[in-house]
Amino acid sequence: MKNSVFLIFSSLIFFYSSCAQDPENQVDDVTNTPFQAELLIDEMQIPWGMTFLPDGSMLVTEKSGEIIHFKNGTKTQIEGVPKVYARGQGGLLDIEVHPNYSENGWIYISYASEEGDEKGGNTALMRAKLQGNSLVDSEVLYKATPNTTKGQHFGSRIVFDNEGYLFLSIGERGDRDTNPQDITRDGGKIYRFNADGSIPKDNPFVNESGAKTAIYSYGHRNPQGLAKHPETGEIWDNEHGPRGGDEINIVKPGANYGWPVITYGINYSGTPITDETEKEGMEQPIHYWLPSIAPSGMAFVSTDTYKGYKGSVLVGSLKFQYLERLVLNGNKVTKREKLMPEIGRVRDVKEGPDGHIYVAVEGKGIYKLVPKN
Amino acid sequence: MVRRVFPLIFLFFCIGTVSIFSQEADLEESMLRGEMIYMDFCVTCHLEDGKGVTNTFPPLAQSDYLKNNREASIRGIKYGQQGEMVVNGVTYNNVMAPMGLDDAEIADVMNYILNSWGNWSNHFVTTDEVAGVEK
Repeated sequence: MKNSVFLIFSSLIFFYSSCAQDPENQVDDVTNTPFQAELLIDEMQIPWGMTFLPDGSMLVTEKSGEIIHFKNGTKTQIEGVPKVYARGQGGLLDIEVHPNYSENGWIYISYASEEGDEKGGNTALMRAKLQGNSLVDSEVLYKATPNTTKGQHFGSRIVFDNEGYLFLSIGERGDRDTNPQDITRDGGKIYRFNADGSIPKDNPFVNESGAKTAIYSYGHRNPQGLAKHPETGEIWDNEHGPRGGDEINIVKPGANYGWPVITYGINYSGTPITDETEKEGMEQPIHYWLPSIAPSGMAFVSTDTYKGYKGSVLVGSLKFQYLERLVLNGNKVTKREKLMPEIGRVRDVKEGPDGHIYVAVEGKGIYKLVPKN
Repeated sequence: MVRRVFPLIFLFFCIGTVSIFSQEADLEESMLRGEMIYMDFCVTCHLEDGKGVTNTFPPLAQSDYLKNNREASIRGIKYGQQGEMVVNGVTYNNVMAPMGLDDAEIADVMNYILNSWGNWSNHFVTTDEVAGVEK
């Protein structure tokens, strides 16, 4: 009798203590996936961003400064690509077509640029059209300032929302104490533009004197994932934290995401940055990763192509070299799964117009997830 | 004779001592600059203690590869590194992009990693040595 009471008591303790552990920070191995990963485009070094053209072909950026057009199984190198500042994390970054590409032909590219008087570089946004194998009608739409020789945190991702606004993320360029909390400076921000690069009249800081009026939200560290929620139309981001404290946020106008005033992470050396994880007037992430997975790329699964995956979000892990699937209940992460274990550094993930998922892996190339019957 | 030789020996001794000290000072300054480069470009993967992440990012601390492959290490930093390499008995197969550092910065960061975390090199890396390493 005594024994059974003890057993019940100890199993209750075990039950409650296991409940107290944050289920969000467990990642599960998966033995049976509803897809098979096929290497579609091989021999790429750092495929950073990718987008799809109406004819079913793809444009893929190589960080070193090349754009590859992949059509009918062959790779063609595109001419007229902007000169990039290839230093540290900088180089040729994201690429995205306009939602009405078939009518207007605009292709948007983010990259690290040396434009300007100071030494170094900072993130820029341009658009151009593809004519044959060349980019033509190139226009630089935005260039963050000032240039710096620091190698960190250029961002960047490009995504359009349902109203046709373009969102661009730029990281804080390794200057966390100066940039992210100051709306008169670039870096550590998510920006919103009209498709021609002009500033929307209702951007949150258009009436603030001295503010960079393209800013939509601030207090970010280094967002390298941006995606539009297929149902709500909201823009979600994922961003690299320091050691620990990578985050998923829903991007809201004028909101402050707190870096470096509040964070769930610590310095790489193990010393604390701040002991605060929340503060009034600063947004809480809807999810944070401990330990850091180094997230890059983000895609919602919006179709039934893969059994059971609809409504979940996919994020690449650079650090642990797999594709993560986060199961959502509304805005809450309820489960995390490790897909494609040990595949390599996953830099980007996108859902194609065909409903298939495409995954960019460093040192490998682009994988297509082919559903199993 | 002895009288004439002794001052000369003394002079050489003095010059030698000064040049050893100034070389040490050069190394120290180079390492300080190298540490700043390291904290900017390398620390994310190789970590502050230089131990990296086993099976993912190779260690620099007490690394047999770094110790025995000086030129290849410089080449890896200068032009990038891809494919299999064995470090302290563990096989790594990953990509390190070229960082876009200039030759002087590469010399500095080499001096930092060759002389930190218990690593020790008696052979200072110079900008000229880095400039001479080809793809």
